[in-house]
Amino acid sequence: MAKTTTIYEEEKLNAFGQPEGCGMYRADFEHSSCGIGFVANLKGRKKHSVICDALDMLARMEHRGGTGFDIKSGDGAGILFQIPHELFMEECPKAGIKLPKFGEYGVGMTFFPRDEVKQAECKEIIERKLAKFDLPLLGYRIVPVDSSGLGRDSAATEPSVQQIFIGKPEGLSVEEFDRKLFVFRKYTERVANETVSGIGPDGFNIISCSYKTINYKGQLVTEQVPNYFLDLQNEAAVSAIALVHSRFSTNTFPSWKLAQPFRYIAHNGEINTNKGNINWMRAREVLLECSAFSHEELEMIFPICDLAASDSANLDMVIEMLVLSGRSLPHVLMMLIPEAWQNDPEMDPTKRAFYEFHSAMMEPWDGPASVCFTDGVLVGATLDRNGLRPSRYCVTDDDTLIMASETGVIDVDHSKVKLRGRLQPGKMFVADLDQGRIISDEELKADICSRQPYGKWVDENMVHLEKEPMSPDYALRLPDKLTLFRRQQVFGYTYEDVNEILMTMAKTGKEPLGSMGADNPLAVLSDRPVHLSHYFKQLFAQVTNPPIDPIRESVVMDLHSYLGGFRNPLEETPEQCRRVAVSQPVLTRGELSRVLYLDHRHSRTKRLEIVFPIENGPGTLERTMDRICRYAEDAIDEGYSIILLSDYGMTSGHAPIPSILAVAAVHHYLIRVGKRGKADIVIESGDIREVHHFATVLGYGASAVCPYMALGSIRHMAIDGLLGDLDDDTAVANYIKAVGGGLLKIFSKMGISTLASYQGAQIFEIVGLASSVVEKYFTGTVSRVEGLGMDDIAQECVQKLQKGLTRRSGASKVLDPGGDYHWRKDGERHLFNPTTIRLLQECTREKDFAKYKEYSKVVDEQNSAAFTLRGLMDFSSDRPSIPIEEVEPAENILKRFATGAMSFGSISWEAHTTLAIAMNRIGSKSNSGEGGEDPVRYEKLPNGDDMCSATKQVASGRFGVDSYYLSKARELQIKMAQGAKPGEGGHLPGHKVNGWIGRTRGSTPGVGLISPPPHHDIYSIEDLAQLIYDLKNSNRDARINVKLVSETGVGTIAAGVCKAKADAVLIAGYDGGTGASPLSSIKHAGLPWELGLAETHQTLVRNRLRNRIVVQADGQMKTSRDLAIATLLGAEEWGVATAALVVQGCIMMRKCHSNTCPVGIATQRGDLRGKFNANPDWVVNFFEFLVDGLREIMAELGFRTIGEMVGQSQCLKFRDDVDHWKYRNLDLSPILYKETIGAEEGIFHSKDQNHMLESVIDWKLIDAAKAALENGEKVSAEFDVINTDRSVGTILSHEMTKIYKDKGLPDGTVHFKLNGSIGQSMGAFMCKGIDLELEGDANDFVGKGLSGGSLTIYPNKNAQFVPEENILVGNVCFYGATGGTAYIRGVAGERFCVRNSGAEVVVEGIGEHGCEYMTGGKAVILGETGRNFGAGMTGGVAYVYDAEGDFADRCNMEMIELEKVHAVSEIEYLKSMIETHQLKTGSTVAADLLADWDNTLNRFIKVIPADYKRMLNFIETARETGEYETEEQIVDAAFDMHIADLGL
Amino acid sequence: MGKSTGFLEFVRKPNPMRPEEERLKDWDEVYVLRDEQTCQEQGARCMDCGVPFCHRGEMMPGGASGCPVNNLIPEWNDLIYRNRWKEALERLHHTNNFPEFTGRVCPAPCEAGCVLGINEPAVTIHDNERTIIDKGFENGWVVPEPPEVRTDKKVAVVGSGPAGLACAAQLNRAGHNVTVYERADRIGGLLMYGIPNMKLDKAVVQRRVDILAEEGIEFKTGVEVGKDVKADELKKEFDAVILTTGATKPRDLPVEGRDLKGVHYAMEFLHANTKSLLDSKLEDGNYISAKDKKVVVIGGGDTGTDCVGTSLRHGCEKVAQLEILPRPDADRNRATNPWPQWPATLKTDYGQQEAIKLQGQDPRNFSIMTTRFEGDADGNLVALHTVEVEWVKNEQGGMMPKAVEGTEQRIEADLVLLAMGFLGPEDPVAEQLGLERDPRSNYKADYEAYATSVDGVFAAGDSRRGQSLVVWAINEGRGAAREVDTYLMGDTILP
Repeated sequence: MAKTTTIYEEEKLNAFGQPEGCGMYRADFEHSSCGIGFVANLKGRKKHSVICDALDMLARMEHRGGTGFDIKSGDGAGILFQIPHELFMEECPKAGIKLPKFGEYGVGMTFFPRDEVKQAECKEIIERKLAKFDLPLLGYRIVPVDSSGLGRDSAATEPSVQQIFIGKPEGLSVEEFDRKLFVFRKYTERVANETVSGIGPDGFNIISCSYKTINYKGQLVTEQVPNYFLDLQNEAAVSAIALVHSRFSTNTFPSWKLAQPFRYIAHNGEINTNKGNINWMRAREVLLECSAFSHEELEMIFPICDLAASDSANLDMVIEMLVLSGRSLPHVLMMLIPEAWQNDPEMDPTKRAFYEFHSAMMEPWDGPASVCFTDGVLVGATLDRNGLRPSRYCVTDDDTLIMASETGVIDVDHSKVKLRGRLQPGKMFVADLDQGRIISDEELKADICSRQPYGKWVDENMVHLEKEPMSPDYALRLPDKLTLFRRQQVFGYTYEDVNEILMTMAKTGKEPLGSMGADNPLAVLSDRPVHLSHYFKQLFAQVTNPPIDPIRESVVMDLHSYLGGFRNPLEETPEQCRRVAVSQPVLTRGELSRVLYLDHRHSRTKRLEIVFPIENGPGTLERTMDRICRYAEDAIDEGYSIILLSDYGMTSGHAPIPSILAVAAVHHYLIRVGKRGKADIVIESGDIREVHHFATVLGYGASAVCPYMALGSIRHMAIDGLLGDLDDDTAVANYIKAVGGGLLKIFSKMGISTLASYQGAQIFEIVGLASSVVEKYFTGTVSRVEGLGMDDIAQECVQKLQKGLTRRSGASKVLDPGGDYHWRKDGERHLFNPTTIRLLQECTREKDFAKYKEYSKVVDEQNSAAFTLRGLMDFSSDRPSIPIEEVEPAENILKRFATGAMSFGSISWEAHTTLAIAMNRIGSKSNSGEGGEDPVRYEKLPNGDDMCSATKQVASGRFGVDSYYLSKARELQIKMAQGAKPGEGGHLPGHKVNGWIGRTRGSTPGVGLISPPPHHDIYSIEDLAQLIYDLKNSNRDARINVKLVSETGVGTIAAGVCKAKADAVLIAGYDGGTGASPLSSIKHAGLPWELGLAETHQTLVRNRLRNRIVVQADGQMKTSRDLAIATLLGAEEWGVATAALVVQGCIMMRKCHSNTCPVGIATQRGDLRGKFNANPDWVVNFFEFLVDGLREIMAELGFRTIGEMVGQSQCLKFRDDVDHWKYRNLDLSPILYKETIGAEEGIFHSKDQNHMLESVIDWKLIDAAKAALENGEKVSAEFDVINTDRSVGTILSHEMTKIYKDKGLPDGTVHFKLNGSIGQSMGAFMCKGIDLELEGDANDFVGKGLSGGSLTIYPNKNAQFVPEENILVGNVCFYGATGGTAYIRGVAGERFCVRNSGAEVVVEGIGEHGCEYMTGGKAVILGETGRNFGAGMTGGVAYVYDAEGDFADRCNMEMIELEKVHAVSEIEYLKSMIETHQLKTGSTVAADLLADWDNTLNRFIKVIPADYKRMLNFIETARETGEYETEEQIVDAAFDMHIADLGL
Repeated sequence: MGKSTGFLEFVRKPNPMRPEEERLKDWDEVYVLRDEQTCQEQGARCMDCGVPFCHRGEMMPGGASGCPVNNLIPEWNDLIYRNRWKEALERLHHTNNFPEFTGRVCPAPCEAGCVLGINEPAVTIHDNERTIIDKGFENGWVVPEPPEVRTDKKVAVVGSGPAGLACAAQLNRAGHNVTVYERADRIGGLLMYGIPNMKLDKAVVQRRVDILAEEGIEFKTGVEVGKDVKADELKKEFDAVILTTGATKPRDLPVEGRDLKGVHYAMEFLHANTKSLLDSKLEDGNYISAKDKKVVVIGGGDTGTDCVGTSLRHGCEKVAQLEILPRPDADRNRATNPWPQWPATLKTDYGQQEAIKLQGQDPRNFSIMTTRFEGDADGNLVALHTVEVEWVKNEQGGMMPKAVEGTEQRIEADLVLLAMGFLGPEDPVAEQLGLERDPRSNYKADYEAYATSVDGVFAAGDSRRGQSLVVWAINEGRGAAREVDTYLMGDTILP
């Protein structure tokens, strides 16, 4: 027991050998993403060319990797292949090694410390351990390397690379030998790293140790791999399989051992549930038993996982363990990365049973994952359920199989290609070299799933809770009203909680919405007792992996949970699925009684009271918690397998322990004592009411939750008639539905699909708890500013208890108002309150600087009642003050402002343009927001004012993002996340999309517009780099800005963003505004900008990247002092939004989502817009005041320029006049930590990114198009392309748009023929007048943002495959296209035409999620479609040729209707599109269809969204009246009809 | 909450007044309630603001804006809209002990702060409040709620105006044994005798006093602390003493002829009238009658209005009202007097409306100052002499009236009522206790602390803050109760 504890604690100290985190930076924030692939000879013929091809592939994916400030030090690359026996035969004698035949020896590829003494120590350990395992050492071979090309960083950490040759003992099978090598490797590594003194962070690593495969990798850029490892150049190095990986890491400290591939896999993606998975693996270790390993051996390989290692490394470790214990590699991958089986009624029952059986044993390793794997015989790849990583393969007629993230990464003769395919979501494909063939997903899985009678096992063993009886003796009585009221107070309920949160959930089945940002104190700064869960901030995915749309892509989501403890996962027995399945985690008291009443054969429940006596003084809570943990352990020892933690028995002398604390404490205690795997935790607590509360207890390990107070409150409301006609059962059901929806939203914003993998994954950062609390109870959670200890937490509990159960008379008879969401005098404090709003409005209108100071004083003085972390800081300059005249002039500083991104649509035209005019007057940047921009604004007003938004935003919805829009920007901002709802999409309902907004957004008015949660062209950091590249191509003069939201690890993401060549990065606080967002997201997701900004600045400085990029910060910036602090923490530019709106008249109504803004700002209603009365001068006054105030501070602190001031955090200190019991424990030193760096580097933006556009093929295109650009003449030419030719046509398009604006040139003016495999983003944002014809194939993002141009793509004329059965273009084609045409002779990948709003496209087959979120345009699909077609499709039309008659089964019918094609004009249109397709591509499919047109037409299904259809009818009706002259008037009239029809 | 588009659908409809001709014939309340549906619609006009300016009373130039007792206005407006009157009453009572008083006599700074007021007529918050509490009484929802537990602490409250009553009510709820001293014969102070019946029906006052008595508060009427009982003796007898004696010292007009018969303080006039009305329906003659008299009211505030209304009901020959300040504009000046400041506009109240109805013109004269009273040989008032003034800045920057030559006027009058405001509390209590006073002669105690310079003695309401609104008095009474409770018990749970 003691030993396990030691390991558990040790890992916290060992930050994976990387530099210890100082300040805000922590090594475990690192992210990476990658290019992966393999080459194999299907017949198992070993060749040197396989290795060479794989290395070529690696080099051709260099743009998917990243480099730091030192371009020779890559993030890591490597190759895994079969043991090159022939090479070793040649080489080993030179090292004095007598090599036995293949299979009789294993090779340990090893990184030794360079220090020879330490090396010798390591070798001594190796030899001792070999002896212990009876493994003969054959000798060491120093691997020949050429270090001359290494970069500074790589060279500094370069290990001594050696191979250990180990003989196979007589009588051992190869499988047994491999297992021995595994145990040897694990054990030796651990012992060496623990015992060799001063071994250093890079330590001793055996990167592979097998008789079958070997790994050559390092901290290298891709092309260095063969140059560095001389073995790879040796012709004798032959293999039939070679798997490669290039890493794009966000960090500066990629190390040699972190490079991939690992021993079995190369992983492109990110396991979001890593922390939970590792904890669960640890929890299961105690259960592990296996005939393959002795008990002693198992002890030696524990811990299986390593919290300090990367997600991919851990995945590999678990795969290795499971494979070596007897399962096949594909079987193991199916266990760990299952398909989305729960919601797929089509799935074969045998396969379903397999997944169900294994779900009881192993939670999914959830997150985007493309995994290439090999065990030396099998080679294959699999994709996770969401399929968010591209994986393309082809087979040539010489049996070469090539699989990679991209097509075209190896030059193959197109005429020799037999097959082109892609991996689909959840699918796997394997080549078995022994059998010499590819095994399809179906065959492979059918075989694996039928090896055991899984279905029978599940039927006989698994229990479904809803089918169990309720306990007759468990009290279901509802508390009387007085008891309810008192307990509500004990659990901190407010009037808002009941009347806003619970009531809305009970009535509508959804979480309530709110708007504007959070401006109240952080939980730790609140002087009211706060729910402990509110100290936890939800994390979310940005950049490194995408959030999911849990509504439109609900097929992948799941809320199942299991009770009753795990069983040994190493064996396969029917009992392994003897668990209790719960279909969703919220239990009513009745359902809880089913748990208690379960047949003991399955599981017995131990109930533990989580209350503590209030009068025993300090330490009581901690002692009580310790005791509860011990009781839980005892219960498990006695055979209980469900631990029910309940505060139902609280009394006036016993306060309830916060649910989150109780759950996490028991969870981590049981992990520590190694018993967690034997039982599950159910929590029955009165303090759980909001979705966030559920998320926290589930995130720390609970399996089910009974929120009895919330349910009781709702029942009482229903009984009292407060819920209208709803009866109490329906109200409770609605509430549970709302919780479920909210939980899915919380998981999905992190990119997690299932509750099983979210459980225990701890996807939070803590703000305001002491490290003693965090380390003990919330082990492994990031918490950086200290805060409350256990006694403080106890004090908050006691305060609430006493309020509820006081013995004194006179207390209130009703709940406190709360004031969290609406300001209330005695409620939670808000920075924007009647005083501050009034002062701000008066001072800017009256141009009264003295009054501005009065306003600032009210906001800034937070010594007795802090709101923000910066409120706790004070200036403390290390330099003398200077006269204000010496400070740089205000005009310079004004340029550094930006407004927050607010779309025209979320705010009115009047408010939007007033802001733009004001910002243009002072030379700073207003932001278009994500709703496009009316081109009217690109021309100046008669008085010289300019309404053009300097910053144009590119968000996931891509509304109105076309070539012209992009070309009219000084800055292009990629919105990765929004502070108020990071990781969530948006839905602008149709009744808000009037004619004007519809036109501006490039969509049809009256039709709802959905912004997807992710950018569908950014699933990873290399994708972001690609979008940056696309946008830079679309407008070279625009700065590219990436907007991130502050959260744990945002610094490393910012470093990645910098490496991806963004010119600026915006760190937004969680508290920024919104037009509509769930209340729980506004409050509980993301972090204050102080944390994110400090982390970003420190990490960039540490990475020596800071001077390459502009850092901007925003989030409730209100005063000059805020700006000064932001600057000292590292920002050189600032965004201001809410305060600027208040200046314009916003009174923080927080009704933006209702379209009823009474001051005409956040509304589109004409009558309300008329009430807007602000003047741009007021806004100008405000920004001038901000600068005047800032210059005063600069003078006082002694800074002459902003540049001088950036990042000088030593001029800040924790203010010393704070005296509050909650604040005194905080420690801001990590925020104020200053990274030191050489003077030459600079810690503010001082040099520009090199976007490497010089070598782009477009310059050749532009040359060839000169006559067209200058005179509009027709031109044509032909070019060869390869996969590194990316965004082809985009610069050309920009040049054309600069001249011809939004009109472009006549179709086909420029025609270029291209040959080859083209890189990503072919034709991105390409304008009208350009026609690209490609013979070959294309990668992802074809026609992204297509703006009127035309694309034709067909395979090489000599290719041997059938085009319509093979993949021709990649994923996410025509994303956000606004116009143009395309003809594709072959099949496209997933998400074809996603959010298309204007392009008209013909294709011969597509993958899953086709036409998702489409709002306009046309898609003609002549072949099969994947699942979930038309999800979130609100406009446009698709015509699908449904040969098999089963298309309807694959549609998401939420918004669309299916019908036949009837109208003559429509039939003609369809026919002409197919004819053009045939003409342009020579498609035989088109020819066949046209040949039998009547039958063909019969099989065409028209897909049209219901809303769109209705609007088209209105438009037709309006047109027929003949009353309107212009198309605009017709459309506006149609919108009015729509509104009238809705009765609005 | 509420109906999000209510403010766009419904126009403002305040409580209607009875017609002048009807109301002038009696002493009943001027305002009547609206029908149920109108009430709900008026509740629906509330926008449930993120920052409800109506809900916090804040002093700013020109007066308070927002509710001084922090009524949870959006919450009960929503409940009204949803027809949940009982819940609305609970929310209302959470912050306000006496909504039936404020719902009648409060000038409604809440409506000045109402966000809708930026560009539309404000929500009828004041009338909604009255409707809630009136319905509460009508339905029997307002019942005595004596404390569950009594402490052994004894508390004396001196003065039974709104501050004293609010303070007593709260301290009694907290379980303390409360005795209220009142020098008049009826409880209520200003509520009983300062405000005439047509504005606040005395049955409404008595109804609340009866409930308080049933809850266990001991009322001692006809006992003047400082005279009948010495204040320092009171202090010995009780664990804490709270002074809520009001600002009862009226501002005088020391000009020639002040001593003439027929020149009275407004309060003498109003007090006697109400007492006689209650005692004998004005049969006993124990009041100053304005019947058939030429009445001049000096002072343009609410008390002046009450004098006008009372005089008209007596049947005066004519009534005029003089105000030294200039005539306010009909609409607010948005540049100098923007929302949410109290709008300095001309408000024509019930008394003026009635005078206009009877006399054909507004009784008010602005920018006018009385220079002397003229009497006859018997020392009876016959006229007053006035001069118009203009307001000029003095050396300190303050605005001062300056007589305008040639604007002298003589106004015939045989009854003059001085309604020029109040100066502060009377002296004896402070002297007996040795209390510190502030420069305006009020009992010195900080706002929200209420402790005077003498341990165990607290002061609240007009006697501490100077002449002000009933709603501020309630605010102070409740605040003082919290402080006293803390003083006695170490902490407090009073809301």
